[in-house]
Amino acid sequence: MLYREAGDFKSSYAEDSQTFPIRLDRRAYVALVAVALVVVPFVVNDYWVNAVLLPLLIYAIAALGLNILTGYCGQVSLGTGGFMAVGAYGCYKLMTAFPDINIAVLVILSGLITAAVGMLFGLPSLRIKGFYLAVATLAAQFFLVWLFNRVPWFYNYSASGQISAPERTLMGFRITGPETQAWATYLFTLAFVFASAWICRNLTRGAIGRRWMAIRDMDIAAEIIGVDPLRAKLSAFGVSSFFIGVSGALFFAVYLGAVEVGEAFGIDKSFLVLFMVIIGGLGSILGSFLGAAFMVLLPVLLKNLLVGGLGWPTDLAAHLELMIVGGLIVFFLIVEPHGLAQLWRITKEKLRIWPFPH
Amino acid sequence: MKDTADSYVTEDGRTIGGQILDLRGITLRFGGVEAIKDISFDIREGEIRAIIGPNGAGKSSMLNVISGFYVPQEGEVWFRGRKRPQMKPYQVARDGIARTFQNIALFEGMTVLDNVMTGRLNDMTAGMLAQAIWKGRAEREETANREKVEQIIDFLEIQHIRKTPVGRLPYGLKKRVELARALAAEPDLLLLDEPMAGMNVEEKEDMSRYILDVNDEMGTTIALIEHDMGVVMDLSDRVVVMDYGKKIGDGTPDEVRNNQAVIDAYLGVAHD
Repeated sequence: MLYREAGDFKSSYAEDSQTFPIRLDRRAYVALVAVALVVVPFVVNDYWVNAVLLPLLIYAIAALGLNILTGYCGQVSLGTGGFMAVGAYGCYKLMTAFPDINIAVLVILSGLITAAVGMLFGLPSLRIKGFYLAVATLAAQFFLVWLFNRVPWFYNYSASGQISAPERTLMGFRITGPETQAWATYLFTLAFVFASAWICRNLTRGAIGRRWMAIRDMDIAAEIIGVDPLRAKLSAFGVSSFFIGVSGALFFAVYLGAVEVGEAFGIDKSFLVLFMVIIGGLGSILGSFLGAAFMVLLPVLLKNLLVGGLGWPTDLAAHLELMIVGGLIVFFLIVEPHGLAQLWRITKEKLRIWPFPH
Repeated sequence: MKDTADSYVTEDGRTIGGQILDLRGITLRFGGVEAIKDISFDIREGEIRAIIGPNGAGKSSMLNVISGFYVPQEGEVWFRGRKRPQMKPYQVARDGIARTFQNIALFEGMTVLDNVMTGRLNDMTAGMLAQAIWKGRAEREETANREKVEQIIDFLEIQHIRKTPVGRLPYGLKKRVELARALAAEPDLLLLDEPMAGMNVEEKEDMSRYILDVNDEMGTTIALIEHDMGVVMDLSDRVVVMDYGKKIGDGTPDEVRNNQAVIDAYLGVAHD
């Protein structure tokens, strides 16, 4: 009954095109942000931050990035893992080369480096489409992992071939390195998530977002109304790779701390993020979050339930977990092929006219 | 045929100006097939120009040449008194030529409003950073262009479906949304490829009225391909007739109707 726009009049186009047109949505959003900012930092412990919140937030940024490219611009990419690696190694090289520069700046710079690399590997998209493009981005994935494995300069000639994040602080709090404060890393990552989601929303609701979606829905028609396919596709690759690079940098510097490229940024990472985007909802900001939550939280939840709750052996639980997660993915895709965001959208449409649907 | 040099006023009081588009000796080949053979005709400012002909006559290929999809092997396209260099379709669009397609080419995943807004993309030039923070130029452009788009939405009477995804609309409305998108670009020349194909009489009447209104109120020059002879004869100021890639007639509807070559092409001719 509360959830409707009746009485909530819009008197300008700016008001009409705002992100949350319904008052209850706006309030829910403000409440969520307030809880994430004010309550969560005081109650979290190491386990919650490292097992749940950090991966959730960092994958959400990666999913946002891939959603720009695949969901909004329609270009399938299997190079996400490779681009995350570019962000991670870029961040590592920058951290070791410029120890005095603020870590937040370095993360953004790593994003920019990844954007440049992403645009380079996006060039084939001008000629090839669909599955063929997916294969071309797969080449990027394997090439980048090979590069970071084989060229010692990237891991500063360390004996193990790994990179590990040196300690860096922000306003006196340790963000990276061996001894970090859980709430500080959480807030640091949350700031990036917040900014990423806000920027993605702004980009996708305006002119550039319409160019991307026009290319996605029908590239010939897009061209006939004046969209330059080269610029539209490359800008999508650039923006997408920027966010994926930022997520890779955070994944390495803040979350894992030490990384071996094949293990952390292999092809399975590309698929994981792609699944998040598909399950969450292509072409939806909320979907990126829902998809990341689904893929990160469900295994944690199942593990706690089966091992912690029922006391089953760990190996049995691990196998069951794989089966249940896989089964649920199939289930959700059959129920709603357009993802969790679409399910949520339908629910909202029904709520608006509830309880008098006629 | 009327004198092509001077402007004149039609019976219903519209002023037809000089040439806006002039096609000179266009020949288009696909391998060994000549789709268009040495065709020349012009389109004058403010007029409704129809291109008619039996199936496979090369009408759509002609539109594709004008909108830059096909590059003719021979011939020149003169637009606004200047010879047009070889252009990509998006450059042609930015140069002031908009079009619709025979098979609707809308963006199915976007709402009607977003679809029509895409027609204004050429006027939205805010940089990436301004758009990312949604301040200043990006926000101003969005509101200003939204106002223009809303005028066109009012004009074509599609207010009620503004926020509906295009994929959910029936055929007739989709055709109207496509016209709205083309109009949103405020083109100097509007190309309509079979705007009334597959419509019933009522929808055809509606669409005819919109086309006349667009031409009359916005002063847009229109070139259209249409199979319904009644519609063509009623709407257009001048008609080009094509058959097997050749021009077989050009003139006012009355002239074309009495042209022996045109009658033969449409009704067939006895071979002895």
